[in-house]
Amino acid sequence: MIKVNNISKSFGDKKVLQDVSCEFQSGKVNLIIGTSGSGKTVFMKCLIGLYAADAGEILYSGVNFGQMDDKDRKDIRQQIGMLFQGSALFDSMTVEQNIMFPLDMFTKQSITDKRKRVNEVLARVNLVDANKKYPSEISGGMKKRVALARAIVLNPKYLFCDEPNSGLDPQTSLVIDKLITEITKENNITTVVNTHDMNTVLESGDHIVYLHQGLKEWEGNNKDIIHSTNQRLNDFIFASQFMKDAKAKQMEEEMKKRV
Amino acid sequence: MKLLSHIGRYLQMLGGMFAKPENMRVYGKEFFHQCNEIGIGSMWIVIIISLFLGAVTTVQTAYQLISPLVAKYVIAQIIRDSSFLELSPTIVCIVLAGVIGSKIASELGNMRVSEQIDALEIMGINSKTFLIMPKILAAFIVIPSLVILSMFLTVWGGYMAGTMTGIITDAQFHQGLIKDFLTFNIVFGIIKAFTFAFIITSISAYFGYNVQGGSLEIGRASTTSVIVSCVLILFADYGLAALLLTK
Repeated sequence: MIKVNNISKSFGDKKVLQDVSCEFQSGKVNLIIGTSGSGKTVFMKCLIGLYAADAGEILYSGVNFGQMDDKDRKDIRQQIGMLFQGSALFDSMTVEQNIMFPLDMFTKQSITDKRKRVNEVLARVNLVDANKKYPSEISGGMKKRVALARAIVLNPKYLFCDEPNSGLDPQTSLVIDKLITEITKENNITTVVNTHDMNTVLESGDHIVYLHQGLKEWEGNNKDIIHSTNQRLNDFIFASQFMKDAKAKQMEEEMKKRV
Repeated sequence: MKLLSHIGRYLQMLGGMFAKPENMRVYGKEFFHQCNEIGIGSMWIVIIISLFLGAVTTVQTAYQLISPLVAKYVIAQIIRDSSFLELSPTIVCIVLAGVIGSKIASELGNMRVSEQIDALEIMGINSKTFLIMPKILAAFIVIPSLVILSMFLTVWGGYMAGTMTGIITDAQFHQGLIKDFLTFNIVFGIIKAFTFAFIITSISAYFGYNVQGGSLEIGRASTTSVIVSCVLILFADYGLAALLLTK
């Protein structure tokens, strides 16, 4: 579990995050949503320690991340897996070498065991026969799956995904969402996803935090979001006519059931 | 103010580099990979430059030595000493600043922009130690070796150009090579090579590691790293000469 207490972050005079508090439970897909410039990425970078928050605290299983010494911070980072927006695969390494890299660095397993683990995670993300390919030789969707495989190869307790669906077609986006959800439930991982993909929000959002101009504006889940009366959230989620109609239809059906 | 900020961040980067490696075997592998990248990748250009530097120096020295009172073997002495003291360490390292420096800056810049450096940090790996330290250590081994190779090739290039065109005889050239030979000149050339190796790798790593933006900024960082490295090499060249050669 990750608990965030009143964190704030500014760059010069610009307040990017203001007094944000929330709790990310394990075994759930926790989403951070918001318009561009709302502070989602900065929030996630604060959570993983790439930015230091100006105020507030971030607790990983009750331990304050900001007050950890370098060694403890390194230890906690080895329990974190991260799926980056652009995949962040190492260009000079093959798919297998990319996934094996954390195992090489932090375990003393034999090469046979490491290969076995790599094949396991590749099979888990439904990617076979790609071991010897370089990142430049595979598609965007495959890159995301390789990055996800690398993120989970050390069995992390925490998984962070920064816009996992950006640049992907809707079908591949659904595959990635499904994988993230399944892996989260199977391994009881605390997963935090930064997204503005509405399919992800409505399909996978076990817990959703909506940010607007650095402030937490709304918190709930994918069931609550349909009934939300928050105007800004509604404008953001149901921006298109299609989504507005879908919401109206859903509300109508629920009303009929009640009657 | 901007210069002071750069100096501060550069020193901070160097300080942050000295941390215990997470896994010596992986770091060792990376070190040998960098030796190969820096050494083999630059060997051919060093060979070509050195041979021509020697040949041109021979022809131009002979052109200027018109007095019959000056013995021919002096040409070989001039080639030997200018190669050991200046041509091989300085000219070769300036070329290497372009070849290796731009490669390091663009490689690290691309890793920064595509979040590969962030990925390393999130994994709990000190990215400065993993990415920069092996490059500097590899350069310490490879660049002085290339400079020593260049010293011999420059002299050989001079010998070939001199003897094949009849400027100097084989015996005169050998006489010039051994006359008043100072071992310190080779040592001085190697000291310069070590200093320049550090400048080339650390400066280009600094500019690459701190890139912000996209491909345009990577290109700018690459160009800036080459310019700054060349200027610092020339400063260090003068500084070392003033420090170690003045009596």
